[in-house]
Amino acid sequence: MYPDNFRYTKEHEWVLAEGDTGTVGITDHAQQELGDIVYVDLPKVGAKIAAGKSLGSVESVKAVSDIYSPVSGEVTAINESLADAPEKLNADPHGEAWLVKIRLSAPEEMQNLMTAADYQTYIGAEK
Amino acid sequence: MRYLPKSDSERRQMLDVCGVGSPEELFAHLPEAVRLQRPLDLPPGISEYEIVEYFRSRAAENANGYASFLGAGVYNHYRPVLVDTVVSRGEFLTAYTPYQAEISQGTLTQIFEFQTMICQLTGMDVANASMYDGSTAVPEAAMMAVRATGKGRVLVAKSVHPEYREVLRTYAKHQGMPVAEFGYAADGGTLDLEDLERHMDGLTGAVIVQSPNFFGMVEPVKAAAEIAHKRGALLVVVFTEAVSMGLLTPPVDADIAAGELQSFAISPCYGGPYAGILATKEKFIRQMPGRLVGQTTDSRGNRAFCLTLATREQHIRREKATSNICTNQALIALMATVYMTVYGKEGLRELAEQNLAKAHYLAGKLKTRFSGKFFNEFVVRVEGRTPEDVNKALLKRKIIGGLPLGRFYPELADSMLLCATEMSRRADMDVVAEVLAGAAVESSGAIKEVLA
Amino acid sequence: MIKKVTTHLSQNEALLFERSSPGKKGYQLPELDVPAVDAAEALGADNVRAEIPGFPEVSEVEAIRHFTRLSTWNYAIDHGMYPLGSCTMKYNPRINELVARIEGLAWAHPYAPESLCQGAMEVMARMEAALAEITGMDAVTLQPAAGAHGELTGILLIRALLEKKGNPRKKILIPDSAHGTNPATAAIAGYAVQNIRSSETGLLDVGALEKMVDQDVAALMVTNPNTLGVFEDHIMQAAEILHRKGALLYMDGANMNALVGMARPGDFGVDVMHLNLHKTFSTPHGGGGPGAGPVAVKKALEPFLPTPRLKRVGKKWAYDYKRKQSIGRVKAYYGNFGVLVRALAYILAHGGPGLRNATMDAVLNAVYIRKQLEPYFDLPYSSPNMHEVVFSDDRQARLGVRTGDIAKRLIDYGFHPYTVSFPLIVHGALMIEPTETEGKLEIDQFVEAMISIAKEVETDPEMVKNAPYHTRTSRVDEVTAARKPVLRWKG
Repeated sequence: MYPDNFRYTKEHEWVLAEGDTGTVGITDHAQQELGDIVYVDLPKVGAKIAAGKSLGSVESVKAVSDIYSPVSGEVTAINESLADAPEKLNADPHGEAWLVKIRLSAPEEMQNLMTAADYQTYIGAEK
Repeated sequence: MRYLPKSDSERRQMLDVCGVGSPEELFAHLPEAVRLQRPLDLPPGISEYEIVEYFRSRAAENANGYASFLGAGVYNHYRPVLVDTVVSRGEFLTAYTPYQAEISQGTLTQIFEFQTMICQLTGMDVANASMYDGSTAVPEAAMMAVRATGKGRVLVAKSVHPEYREVLRTYAKHQGMPVAEFGYAADGGTLDLEDLERHMDGLTGAVIVQSPNFFGMVEPVKAAAEIAHKRGALLVVVFTEAVSMGLLTPPVDADIAAGELQSFAISPCYGGPYAGILATKEKFIRQMPGRLVGQTTDSRGNRAFCLTLATREQHIRREKATSNICTNQALIALMATVYMTVYGKEGLRELAEQNLAKAHYLAGKLKTRFSGKFFNEFVVRVEGRTPEDVNKALLKRKIIGGLPLGRFYPELADSMLLCATEMSRRADMDVVAEVLAGAAVESSGAIKEVLA
Repeated sequence: MIKKVTTHLSQNEALLFERSSPGKKGYQLPELDVPAVDAAEALGADNVRAEIPGFPEVSEVEAIRHFTRLSTWNYAIDHGMYPLGSCTMKYNPRINELVARIEGLAWAHPYAPESLCQGAMEVMARMEAALAEITGMDAVTLQPAAGAHGELTGILLIRALLEKKGNPRKKILIPDSAHGTNPATAAIAGYAVQNIRSSETGLLDVGALEKMVDQDVAALMVTNPNTLGVFEDHIMQAAEILHRKGALLYMDGANMNALVGMARPGDFGVDVMHLNLHKTFSTPHGGGGPGAGPVAVKKALEPFLPTPRLKRVGKKWAYDYKRKQSIGRVKAYYGNFGVLVRALAYILAHGGPGLRNATMDAVLNAVYIRKQLEPYFDLPYSSPNMHEVVFSDDRQARLGVRTGDIAKRLIDYGFHPYTVSFPLIVHGALMIEPTETEGKLEIDQFVEAMISIAKEVETDPEMVKNAPYHTRTSRVDEVTAARKPVLRWKG
């Protein structure tokens, strides 16, 4: 369920590091909690992001949740397809519905994040 | 008391269930120090008849039976009978905000129609379910433009309603939103476009103009839009006389239209309640404040309406909301909707044409101060007397004259703003012309005597 | 079992634009008594519009049928109780509608000469005095158009006073139980928001407050009774802490229906507050507005009130525009006069003793409901409640049924739902406020309905989750409405 090659945050974001590019998204747990997603607010390409700071938000009908970036860097791409089809986030949060790609400015930050096993324990405990 | 539907025995039964002997005991847990130890210093309740008498006496102390030539943001238009018939229905009058869509389709459908008609009227893509009034719609539009452009400076024309500009300043002061004004041309009474150019810069997010403006003049909206857009600002066009849109080109060059619907069957009511509107282009939807009604389907596949895009609003976004507004003016907007329905496409045009004719008849007998084009309001310079004195003379003829402009524009202290609508009668307009002309004759007569 | 309602025929009705036909008319204007004017000549050809595309064209009969049919699809106070917490959906007296339409009041122009507005000014002065007495405050402004507007005015007043003292400060403290307008307002007024958590009993944590109030805190915004319907019994200590550190206490007056005639905010340390005339003072909601949000203040804040203010000059009323310290205007003209008239009529009808009785009945109704529903729904806090009571859906949630579902099933029983999922400090809140204008029969039917639903949750949770069943429209698809907004008819 939770890919081993991802790393995870306590705020339910994931990041996949490939070289100096990190792909960021929200976890399946997050999309379940949010319910039907109606809108995603993403930063502009070129925006500078700091780890732990908000890079946008996800909306359901009755709630808004900030998305906190797991890593620092510059946004190199955003997932434009979510503008017309935010429901992808419910269907495939770990794959098709990635949110942004970031050129990592501090790759060592990855070590502060949880592994898949840790994350599963974490969400198990949260309940 | 007739609004408290409990008999003494019912009250006693309920007190028993609550385990207390008297209603006061239910307040016993309040700290002694906070409890009011004396009765309220208000007279005892009175009967329906006495209430009516009280308000009838107050009404008699206001203007009754006067013909009025006041406009200046609040207009005397006929209110079709159907308006009160509809809004007096308990299902509209006493209904709550339509959060529960299944039992609010009446209100929701009506607001959807309202939103549509405002778009049709203003030429915009989307309109919200109303703001408190025109004056508060202006700062909301300004804040919206600032959010959308990321630029914090606001430019507003001096020919925008003076009290609207005051409200804008109050809101802007604490937002870090500097507001600067640019002028109007002394001869034409319309925007001084050169002054606008001089004030424009790359930090300006919103340029705000009004058309017809406070002086009744039709503004060069397209030219203003070009100047604003060139430097990356949005153009907000304000209107206070909604009837003008029956005839005038809508502000399609604007990015945001903000206005007042009082002309559409909302009694002047000494200043409120009115209904403001905010309408904009598709791309700014998520920046819009206020409620929005959207079309959808129910689980059986039938068309239905519901409040939508609520995540912009205060009850979800809290401090990051697009506005703090909670109330809209649903019942007032309904009055406007019924009005727009009764008049319809042709009627609104014919109504506007009548307004144009009446005002131009009156203006034709006077000398207008500004040379620009106007709808149903215009400014005249008063000669020989002050505008206040002219109005005193008119009052004796049971006529309320135009608004003396000195209170808002010191440079126009010798002038007054006159408005004529479809309700203005020829005979009264003739008296106004006579008294104003008489003032001039008297003054020139006095000079002749001195020179003789 | 369901006693209050049964199924009933209701007319279908299309949108106005779908019923339109070119040339149909609902109006007739009189003949012009002046010459017609050529629009293109008078306005310039470029300024004349072609037509209003898509605007309705229907006859008078179709117009009245359209709106009448639409109206029958609504629930309203005239049908029955709205148990909505903090909304105070009380009866809207019809005499209020009549007096608001008296010609001399309804047609008064705000710029008419003051000598011809004395009646309107007297009404406003009377209203200011009555509200000052009810709230225990020194001065009142009637300018704000609604509660949130009043909140903004109130916070701007606080800022003005603190600025005069040399430091406007930076933050406003807001309880986590507060209505969303509170933080939204603070942000618009240029203050940062700091949340203060409620104690275990759901009340203001005075110990936490003592630690949090520093030189950066301008004010605390409270609702009292709070959004749980519980009186903040340490309110005077809270006021003392704030005042000692140079900060102020703002009260959101949404729950005044529990206090009128029994306690006055001015007496327990409040510096500034707003009232909601469309709640406590019976003016109609009309499907979402208009309202009015007068603001009442202590003397120290009076100089900053919006301009103009009424003043007595000899035997007449006049407006004072020379107010150098005023925060300015928050609205054009003087306020929602038409709403003020309705609220004053309500105050006149009740009078002092009547207002007090209304408050007591409001609390009696709420406590009566609490006692009877306590065995069926979890009460998150045991403190005594006043005019409203808040339950949580914990018990039902274990069976998969949430507060929103119970609310929808309540519709089938002929009631409007209570307030769902607010305040946020209660898990799955059911917030119930009957108001004093509900009689024993209506309330008993409500209680029976809620108990019946609680039992349905145990025997048939799936059925409850898919309610309502008897409405014209079943549950609407709010998700698609938000994903693909359609905000106007296009044809």
